[in-house]
Amino acid sequence: MIKVQNLVKRFGELTAVDDVSFEVKRGEVFAFLGPNGAGKTTTIKMLTTLLRPTSGVVELDGLDPVARRDEVRKRFGVVFQDPSLDQDLTAWENMEIHGVLYGVPRKERREKAEELLKLFELWERRDALVKTFSGGMRRRLEIARGLLHTPKVLFLDEPTLGLDPQSRNQMWTHVKKLNESDGVTVFLTTHYMDEAERVADRISVIDHGRIVATGSPAELKEQTNTDSLEGAFLALTGTTIRDETAGSADQMRQMARMWRGSGR
Amino acid sequence: MRVIYILWLRELKKYLRSRTQIVASLGSPIMYLGVLGFGLGPVFQRAGEGSYLQFMAPGVIGMTVLFSSMFSGIALLWDRQFGFLKETLVAPVPRLWIMTGRTLGGATVATIQGLLIFVVSLVAGFRPTSFLALPIAMLVMVLTAVVFAALGTAIGSTLKDMQGFQLVMNFMVMPIFFLSGALYPLANLPKALTLLTRVDPLTYGVDGVRGALIGVTHFGVTTDLAALAGVAVVLLAFGAWRFSKIEI
Repeated sequence: MIKVQNLVKRFGELTAVDDVSFEVKRGEVFAFLGPNGAGKTTTIKMLTTLLRPTSGVVELDGLDPVARRDEVRKRFGVVFQDPSLDQDLTAWENMEIHGVLYGVPRKERREKAEELLKLFELWERRDALVKTFSGGMRRRLEIARGLLHTPKVLFLDEPTLGLDPQSRNQMWTHVKKLNESDGVTVFLTTHYMDEAERVADRISVIDHGRIVATGSPAELKEQTNTDSLEGAFLALTGTTIRDETAGSADQMRQMARMWRGSGR
Repeated sequence: MRVIYILWLRELKKYLRSRTQIVASLGSPIMYLGVLGFGLGPVFQRAGEGSYLQFMAPGVIGMTVLFSSMFSGIALLWDRQFGFLKETLVAPVPRLWIMTGRTLGGATVATIQGLLIFVVSLVAGFRPTSFLALPIAMLVMVLTAVVFAALGTAIGSTLKDMQGFQLVMNFMVMPIFFLSGALYPLANLPKALTLLTRVDPLTYGVDGVRGALIGVTHFGVTTDLAALAGVAVVLLAFGAWRFSKIEI
């Protein structure tokens, strides 16, 4: 479903993604793990047509995201690291806008939105403004929205960041259920190793822009002689802490939190 | 078309839901009308120019349209890093449609705000010479709103963070307002000021509203409309170009 070969992305001097290759099969849940600044989000941005690769081959359902942008866009749903809902609109209105943007016909749009909102246990709150939602509800709504145009791939970039264990658990249960019933391919990143171990069929560990290991959770543990995925991850990527400089995005995030009170 | 419509509707819905914001944004125009309108009234009268309230009410309407449409464009910045913008930019539709929907939505909201201030000015004692010309005044307001919503979109697409916002307020929005002839007649100004007022698009917006509502105009309403339409086309193209360059 996703094929990446010798992918490179440079920002001036900095090489964010350095000769990365991997493949994700149809119907698979694939986890992309790595410390902060390893190149996860940059890779997702290239897969989702938001960034042009410096070099290398990317294919999503056999299509090149640069050359056939809009066709590729119809084939995936994405939940970004930062929330991308309109908080001043209701859950239903957020779904409606998404459906129109993706050209889903009205009847199908309404049916599918109802089905998804029910599945993600948001149907009763469909006419409430998103700003009254909890963090977990917002995340669920974003996933439901991302699935409205029946994509083949769902990208989840750190979807559980800042959620309590209950919400995380519930979210993954839903995602897993959808993956099994509809066969939607899931590509996720997370910092919680227990989640990756629980939901992912296969994992790639990326560090300093390079893939350092790929395999099932069991294979990774075996490969590193550790008894938990967390141990395997630390063995592969070391224990040094990555200090990222706070960019304007982080400052904006902080400001948003200040202004909106709780943030996400 | 449907995409443009739904994004336009989004702006409108958000506006109608933010009651406090509506009230707050009417605060400063009301202050201008009340304090300046009545405060400078006697001086203006003595200078032989007639009623200052009559003269400045169209200016304050123009100011309301300016502020409201510029803010709607700059609100893009807010949507940008943590908001809704990504959702629209990753959708399989041309960015031009998205920019158009947003900008028209912002322009509509600004026009409504302008009309609200028109009603407020009626309460304050403003008397248009003819209500028949109201549609023309509205047309001027719509064009003015499009001009500045497009400019706001261009700025919102270019700025990286909120720090730039203050800069835009002080070095762009306020000068546009003060140089527009909203508060003083355009005749017999010093040369430099004359030149500056002529390149300020709001000048034509205010002059057009004034021409339509009280029959006093410096350039003539037709010229005002033509100037605004021309600037609107240029700024829409510029805004669309800046918007197409956004990287997220």
